[in-house]
Amino acid sequence: MTTNDATIVAEGLRKRYGSSYALDGLDLTVGRGVVHGLLGPNGAGKTTAVRILATLLSFDGGSARVAGHDVVTEADDVRRRIGLTGQYAAVDETLSGRQNLVMFGRLYHLSARQAKRRADDLLEQFDLTAAADRSGRTYSGGMRRRLDLAASLILAPEVLFLDEPTTGLDPRSRNDMWDAIRSLVAGGTTVLLTTQYLEEADQLAGRISVIDTGRVVAEGTADELKARIGGDRIEVVVHDVAQLGAAAAVVARVGTAEPETDADTRRVSAPVADRMAALTEVVRELQAAGVAAEDVGLRRPTLDEAFLHLTGHQAAIPEETAA
Amino acid sequence: MSTALQRPPALTTPPPARTPAARLRWTAADAWVMTKRNLAHVVRAPEEVVIYFTLPIMFVLVFGYVFGSGMALPGGGDYREFLLPGVFAMTMLYGLGATATGVAFDVDRGVVDRFRSMPMARSALVVGRSAADLVRAVLELTTLVVCGLLVGWQWRNGIGDALAAVGLILLLRLAITWIGIYLGLVVPNPDTVGVIVFPAAFPLTAPSNVFVAPELMPGWLGAVSEWNPLSSTVATTRELFGNPGFGGDSWAAQHSLLLAIGWPLVLMAIFVPLSIRQYQKLSR
Ligand SMILES: Nc1ncnc2c1ncn2[C@@H]1O[C@H](COP(=O)(O)OP(=O)(O)OP(=O)(O)O)[C@@H](O)[C@H]1O
Ligand SMILES: [Mg+2]
Repeated sequence: MTTNDATIVAEGLRKRYGSSYALDGLDLTVGRGVVHGLLGPNGAGKTTAVRILATLLSFDGGSARVAGHDVVTEADDVRRRIGLTGQYAAVDETLSGRQNLVMFGRLYHLSARQAKRRADDLLEQFDLTAAADRSGRTYSGGMRRRLDLAASLILAPEVLFLDEPTTGLDPRSRNDMWDAIRSLVAGGTTVLLTTQYLEEADQLAGRISVIDTGRVVAEGTADELKARIGGDRIEVVVHDVAQLGAAAAVVARVGTAEPETDADTRRVSAPVADRMAALTEVVRELQAAGVAAEDVGLRRPTLDEAFLHLTGHQAAIPEETAA
Repeated sequence: MSTALQRPPALTTPPPARTPAARLRWTAADAWVMTKRNLAHVVRAPEEVVIYFTLPIMFVLVFGYVFGSGMALPGGGDYREFLLPGVFAMTMLYGLGATATGVAFDVDRGVVDRFRSMPMARSALVVGRSAADLVRAVLELTTLVVCGLLVGWQWRNGIGDALAAVGLILLLRLAITWIGIYLGLVVPNPDTVGVIVFPAAFPLTAPSNVFVAPELMPGWLGAVSEWNPLSSTVATTRELFGNPGFGGDSWAAQHSLLLAIGWPLVLMAIFVPLSIRQYQKLSR
């Protein structure tokens, strides 16, 4: 993909707060009609990046284009083509859901009739018709988020920014939100999604940029990143520490990398490629080898582990290239 | 979200306004939407307005009836007739709190982020706030006038002068909305702003001619009072309404009409640009 047909291009974005950098040379290229995940821990700079790309925040270095327009010099052109659902619902809580959507429609310069019709459609699509005329203050967190998302879809934006759209949602609402995002993308919208959850990025995003301390530390498809992180791990806890070696031999045959053993916790673990096949095989082979296992399980790497791993990688890269 | 989301029908928004005339049209249209929004707030949360009405009515009752009997006027005349124009202006001053809190509330709740991510006129939010608060001021003033008529206040110089007085009072309120907008942007926390506005507004009413004629104050306090922007408006409107207690020998008292127009314009010349700059600073 060249930067020409990319929908979002950020080059070397820097944003300084006092003496520290919230963004420290962030590069990002997002193609048309895809979901791109920005994955990072608290304070990584996700919200800062989204706010800059959505023309809300000035920055100290670098440049960014969204939907073919510069976010600084052509901000109004960008604003016509984007939708934003921030980390905190940005709706008027005193007004009703319908009043909110009509107001935002009018501010997009739709005619009164268009704005009203669009509000009705969106209320229907987001299951808010019953609550349409109630004050937003009476909405549950999930309803408010849906209203917020509806507000960012009034114009069918080319680019939609979603900053942690599922934080604070229950599993059902979260799945609904995921479905909504998928069908938007099927309709051609480009989505930049920030999340702290590896699973969410995995579910939705074609490509993921992992960011930490204001820069991209890894980028790729979910599978590529998982391979780098190590993906799922199989973990065996043996009953008798004497059998740890035998268990390690079994795990080694199934895993994709050298197993790690920990005698203190009588534990041996290794990354695996195919979760279920690995699990069945390990259980069967442990039995065949006569190893008494106290626990056999699959574990996904946590984001913390992923980060340790990815930042570790980054530190190791200069050495690798030197060798 | 039970139904699958369809890609919405192609809705288009006109391209950004490029000419000054088109920009002005957008600004006016957007400001009108924001004005309606702020007025819808009044309809949805009327209790807030009631609070703002209660205070001036209480001032009329407490000062008009409790302290009023002991209050003398330099040129004679009825104290309640003297008091009402002061209460009109003071109510405009207390509108500062409503304006500042409203702005702070918006900024705090993030709804401003959505406005700023949309292709709307940037000034619409603040202009709409100012316009809506002016409409509110008209409501408040109407209530107070009715109250005043009930306690025996009246305008004596004909409807033309009375309307001119109302215009001056609203001009003062307009200037005060911009101070409020600035405060709300500087302290974008609705709780804090509510707490600081009243202590800030009260000292402005004390050294003024709202309750007491400056001639009856100690020298320096009288001078401060006569130069108080609030006093200029109050003195001028007393004259226009034909109520007692205007006039005096100082330059400020002699030129109260000039000051009643000049002060609000000066305040706006300061606070409109300051507010706009502070609003733009939200992108820092
Ligand atoms: N207005 C501000 N003033 C000072 N520092 C700020 C400001 N906004 C953000 N920061 C700092 O910039 C860094 C990045 O913040 P940002 O909100 O972008 O992180 P994030 O990745 O969105 O985190 P989270 O997952 O908690 O939402 C943090 O260290 C934060 O403290
Ligand atoms: Mg964030």
